[in-house]
Amino acid sequence: MGKPTRITNSIRALRFAHGEMTQAELARRVDVTRQTIIAVEQGRYSPSLEMAFRIARVFGVPLGDVFQYPEEDS
Amino acid sequence: MTYEEKGAWVYLVVTAVTYLGYLGVMASRAGDDLAATPYAAPMLWSIGASIVLAVVVRIAVEVARPSDVHRADERDRDIDRHGERVGSGVLGVGMVAPLALALVEAPHFWIANAIYAVFAIGAVVGSAVKLVAYRRGF
Repeated sequence: MGKPTRITNSIRALRFAHGEMTQAELARRVDVTRQTIIAVEQGRYSPSLEMAFRIARVFGVPLGDVFQYPEEDS
Repeated sequence: MTYEEKGAWVYLVVTAVTYLGYLGVMASRAGDDLAATPYAAPMLWSIGASIVLAVVVRIAVEVARPSDVHRADERDRDIDRHGERVGSGVLGVGMVAPLALALVEAPHFWIANAIYAVFAIGAVVGSAVKLVAYRRGF
């Protein structure tokens, strides 16, 4: 089974760029479990738009800097 | 492992163990005419045990390996809905069997056992689907 979502993200890079923020700290600030952050980071779970905005807000960046969606194959 | 994922494991194991325990008791008591085997007491004990064990084992697991958070988040709720939907589907389709048995006026033994089997299978499948979603992604 492949990854269930085509959405990619830069959460890991953003965490390191923000003082090596731990997954636990990000989870606390987004108000989800650490396992959910791990699942999102690894592309095993597509968060709701609301959670995506909360994650982006923690890093103080636009949503597109956190999540990316690949161009359609032509 | 989240609190909710542990709960899915507990429900899966307890349901499977109590149902298999029931089948074991029935197998040990069965005579030549299986449908004449007294089943009501073992079945009720099995169902009762599954309810009590689900609570006791849940507490024991939390004592042994406490969770960081005890509140379900968005992913927990999504996975729970997914598992319940599949489990309910199995239950719905499976209930055709006891209905058919009732329509042909089969002995109560077979109808009751078919219902219990479908409930157990639905619960196990639903929990297994949740665990796969937790492990492999959703």
